[in-house]
Amino acid sequence: MKVLVPVKRVVDYNVKVRVKADNSGVDIANVKMSMNPFCEIAVEEAVRLKEKGAATEIVAVSAGVTQCQETLRNAMAIGADRGILIETDAELQPLAVAKLLKAIVDKEQPQLVILGKQAIDDDSNQTGQMLAALLNWGQATFASKVEIEGGAAKVTCEVDGGLETVLIKLPAIITTDLRLNEPRYATLPNIMKAKKKQLDIVKPADLGVDVTPRLTTLKVEEPPKRKGGVKVADVAALIDKLKNEAKVI
Amino acid sequence: MANLVIAEHDHGSLKAATLNVISAAVEIGGDVHVLIAGHNAKAAADAAAQVAGVSKVLLADGEAHAHRLPENAAAQIVAIASGYSHILAPATPYGKAVTPRVAALLDKAQISDIIKVVDADTFVRPIYAGNAYATVKSSDSVKVITVRGTAFGAAAKTGGSGAVETLAAVGDTALSSFVSSEIVKSERPELTAAKIVVSGGRGLGSGDKYREVLTPLADKLGAAMGASRAAVDAGYVPNDYQVGQTGKIVAPDLYVAIGVSGAIQHLAGMKDSKVIVAINKDPDAPIFSVADYGLVADLFEAVPELAAKL
Ligand SMILES: Cc1cc2nc3c(=O)[nH]c(=O)nc-3n(C[C@H](O)[C@H](O)[C@H](O)COP(=O)(O)OP(=O)(O)OC[C@H]3O[C@@H](n4cnc5c(N)ncnc54)[C@H](O)[C@@H]3O)c2cc1C
Ligand SMILES: Nc1ncnc2c1ncn2[C@@H]1O[C@H](COP(=O)(O)O)[C@@H](O)[C@H]1O
Repeated sequence: MKVLVPVKRVVDYNVKVRVKADNSGVDIANVKMSMNPFCEIAVEEAVRLKEKGAATEIVAVSAGVTQCQETLRNAMAIGADRGILIETDAELQPLAVAKLLKAIVDKEQPQLVILGKQAIDDDSNQTGQMLAALLNWGQATFASKVEIEGGAAKVTCEVDGGLETVLIKLPAIITTDLRLNEPRYATLPNIMKAKKKQLDIVKPADLGVDVTPRLTTLKVEEPPKRKGGVKVADVAALIDKLKNEAKVI
Repeated sequence: MANLVIAEHDHGSLKAATLNVISAAVEIGGDVHVLIAGHNAKAAADAAAQVAGVSKVLLADGEAHAHRLPENAAAQIVAIASGYSHILAPATPYGKAVTPRVAALLDKAQISDIIKVVDADTFVRPIYAGNAYATVKSSDSVKVITVRGTAFGAAAKTGGSGAVETLAAVGDTALSSFVSSEIVKSERPELTAAKIVVSGGRGLGSGDKYREVLTPLADKLGAAMGASRAAVDAGYVPNDYQVGQTGKIVAPDLYVAIGVSGAIQHLAGMKDSKVIVAINKDPDAPIFSVADYGLVADLFEAVPELAAKL
């Protein structure tokens, strides 16, 4: 079984981004970039499926600027077998990414695509579900456990109030939640090996996909700041503030 | 112009988040219709018809919707989508699973997790874990939207007089099937709708301590209980307690963060609370930068004292 894993290059989760002074966006110049944490979990899950013998080949795919090659090398260092970069400087929105990925799926014919549930930059939480729709495949979102059983995947999903398990017929789409696994660190030998793995580059036009954005960002602003509060001396003072100042209890 | 609200329900009643979505739809303007895709869900449809602002309820009742599978729900919505300018759902796990599927089938963008309606085409949504707010304008003929419940008031449950119209339910797409669910029933208020939330982090040290220390306080306050990701990862509490960028978004009148450091991903889920209290032994913990009232103390002493004195 071939598994495709789309990986996104995003601002590292430890960075607190700043809004640009002209409100045109956030400042990502000279900011540390990393693989989206949910995509790392997706790569790890694919590698585990391969280690268990359920998967035979793992193809990592990233859409974006030239530097996404680093993200793909990172995925290959974790254990992906090869990478595909859909190279473009254009702004990509989830629908466009889903269309690009569909074109890759049509070519590669994987049985399973594992994506992150959410990119931590745009916080969209859309691409996997959109790809499932475009392919007319089943989907299991926010997965915390995956088992491959014959021609289907049994997936435990995080839902309101707890967990829900569904069986999805392969080929299918899975999106990862945080507790699916803990991604391994790429070891130095694996990082070296990843440099030699195959990395193909295509352009959106080669795939026949129109990536024109449907949403225009008019402005990006700082959220309202909370004004700094006070420290209280003890529990009695806290109760007094909550009762008499904030009046919330 | 008419708006279609995708209800989240348990067949018998509406989930609270649906009421917030109805408010957002009313704000956009035009008629508000509510779709109930369910099985033996007449009671949920009747409840929706009572909600202020709703002019029509569409009930698609069938086996295919018994487990609210997203593939079947999306097929149902697409079948009735024409004629609607806006399709809205709550930004809950259910809404997040279904809505992008609808958007892609309609070849429309989705606007996720809106917190404000500027006009019928323009919305504000948080990005980067809420560290920035983007105002986005859609050029699509149909706007497919998920709504952050805490940003919109709940529509009144009564006062409406919508008509319930029955639709043919779609057949099963057979792409997926339901196996089982483990839903924890709680007597406490629902986390995202609670007026008071008591939330614990890694500082609690264990699941037993989490329950032993926080339950008396939550009981006294009639509060819902939440947690940081670290507490969930360590197995103190189930996953649906998680508050944050990738968990639940809450905005209660009072949020009490206990043994939580205040990582940006956690703040993303609670910083719109009206009043924030932090109890932490580290005076430099980032949680204090958003707390209205901070108490630097050992939680194992302070929290039992607080519960006792209330
Ligand atoms: C992609 C991604 C998404 C994430 N999403 C979320 C999310 O949605 N929600 C979330 O919460 N996190 C999320 N995180 C994790 C986040 O970065 C932090 O790791 C997490 O919030 C830390 O949890 P904590 O505050 O409980 O633990 P810690 O950071 O370990 O803090 C524990 C705190 O307890 C205090 N403490 C310890 N003992 C005591 C005592 N006896 N008395 C008083 N205080 C004490 C300490 O001083 C410390 O401040 C995410 C991370 C990533 C990478
Ligand atoms: N530009 C991209 N390249 C590759 N994968 C992507 C890209 N954008 C989104 N994805 C995938 O879709 C998931 C969800 O992203 P989003 O819908 O933007 O929140 C990510 O975790 C990735 O797996």
